[in-house]
Amino acid sequence: MNAIETLLIALVLTNLVLLGASRLHNAIRIVALQGIGLGVLPILAHHGGMLWAAVLLGAGSALIKGLLFPAMLRRALRETHGHREMEPFIGFNLSLLCGVGALALSFWLGARLPLPWPPVADLLVPAGLFTVWTGLFMIVARRKAITQVLGFIVLENGIFTLGIVLVEAMPLLVELGVLLDIFVAVFVMGIIVFNINREFDHINTDQLAALREDAP
Amino acid sequence: MNAAAILHPLAALLLAPLLPGVINRVKARMAGREGPPLLQLYYDLWKLLRKGAVYSRTTTWVFRAGPRLNFVCLLVALLILPLGRVPAAVSFAGDLVLLAYLLGLARFATVAAALDTGSSFEGMGASREVQFALFTEPALLIGMAALAHASGDLSLTGIYADWPAALMPAMALLGSGFFILFLAENCRIPVDDPATHLELTMIHEVMVLDHGNVDYAFILWGSALKLWVVGALLVGLFPAAATGCPLLDLAVGFLWLVVLAILTGLVESVMARVRLLRVPQLLVGAGVLSTLGLLLTFW
Repeated sequence: MNAIETLLIALVLTNLVLLGASRLHNAIRIVALQGIGLGVLPILAHHGGMLWAAVLLGAGSALIKGLLFPAMLRRALRETHGHREMEPFIGFNLSLLCGVGALALSFWLGARLPLPWPPVADLLVPAGLFTVWTGLFMIVARRKAITQVLGFIVLENGIFTLGIVLVEAMPLLVELGVLLDIFVAVFVMGIIVFNINREFDHINTDQLAALREDAP
Repeated sequence: MNAAAILHPLAALLLAPLLPGVINRVKARMAGREGPPLLQLYYDLWKLLRKGAVYSRTTTWVFRAGPRLNFVCLLVALLILPLGRVPAAVSFAGDLVLLAYLLGLARFATVAAALDTGSSFEGMGASREVQFALFTEPALLIGMAALAHASGDLSLTGIYADWPAALMPAMALLGSGFFILFLAENCRIPVDDPATHLELTMIHEVMVLDHGNVDYAFILWGSALKLWVVGALLVGLFPAAATGCPLLDLAVGFLWLVVLAILTGLVESVMARVRLLRVPQLLVGAGVLSTLGLLLTFW
């Protein structure tokens, strides 16, 4: 068992903690931790040539996801003066159980997914898939707009992990472009969260349905 | 069965009351107090065992059978349980399921005795105990399934015969899951506070309020044995090589149990009890850790 596998198991564990986390501050901290941990991944996974590219990618990713995003989200949280709790649609215990189901499914899929070449670590594909699903689940099953931004970041973390499989095929520019896209998206979402809050006194997205024209 | 095989149950019976003493001593030291003597539980047991028993007229034989059945279940569990690299006295394929059932029967005895007092208060504790058992048992069985799969053996002795170094991360996950189970099963702090007398938050203590003297001695001794039994499941995961000399293996196993007791004391000193409503989440977390361990062993 090498460093990459340990890192991937830590990734899976942080996802599970996220599913059970009830405080927004904790969730932001965990996502930041995930971002920094994932920054190390390309450096560990790379072999043969282009070390500077891997280091650049890892450092950029860790900087944006580990420092910049958390700072922005904390600011949004402070500005909105809202409740600091998650307010889930699906309870924490049920979320954890869903997580276990998703984990089993991603292990099953990970063993069957045909890859162009063998991944650097066996766990890479299951851990990546599970992270993607955790992100999607957080977007769907939590009420706050901030949680959905967090889910979006986690989703990107999963895609990033899966991208490590193709670390030799995918040019550095593409990865950096994706990172930039995410940055802009989170930036815009942070502003939207702030504006929704200023307009409606809360950031609960389920109330947005009331904006439809046919609503009573 | 040879004479060496009976050594472990005998040692457990005699040495188990030392473990709560170690925990209390560590807690006292962390708080800057001197603390009770290490052998305090022995003194208590000696005092209680010499006393007669008083029974309420509401109670029936169920109340009297409770502590005895609990104690006997744990004794039988000790017979099929290896400690570290010490093989169990009796071993057969599937004895890990028997162990889960013995722990369940011991719990049932305590709960039935609590309900038999007719006190609504004890019924509340019994309800909590059973509710939390609902979460701990799957975690235990999934964890045992992972260990059985990793070692390819269905008996506890076979499972713990060797330390599977190759499965380090899975073992670490199972170990942390089992540690939460250990704290929950023994009513230690994140789940239940053994020192509390605030009625609304008690789980285990509230069920044994009406037991006195001899019965209470067996309850105290039984909870010390339970520390040993559930602790032994965890100690098997700790690194230790089989030396071949049963006495030496036993000493190493006991040393690990003492380390576990010190760890428990440290946890109790630095952590607060979680809210009652959050306890299921903690226990589901233990189950998730076990499941992840299982998935990793299959991988």
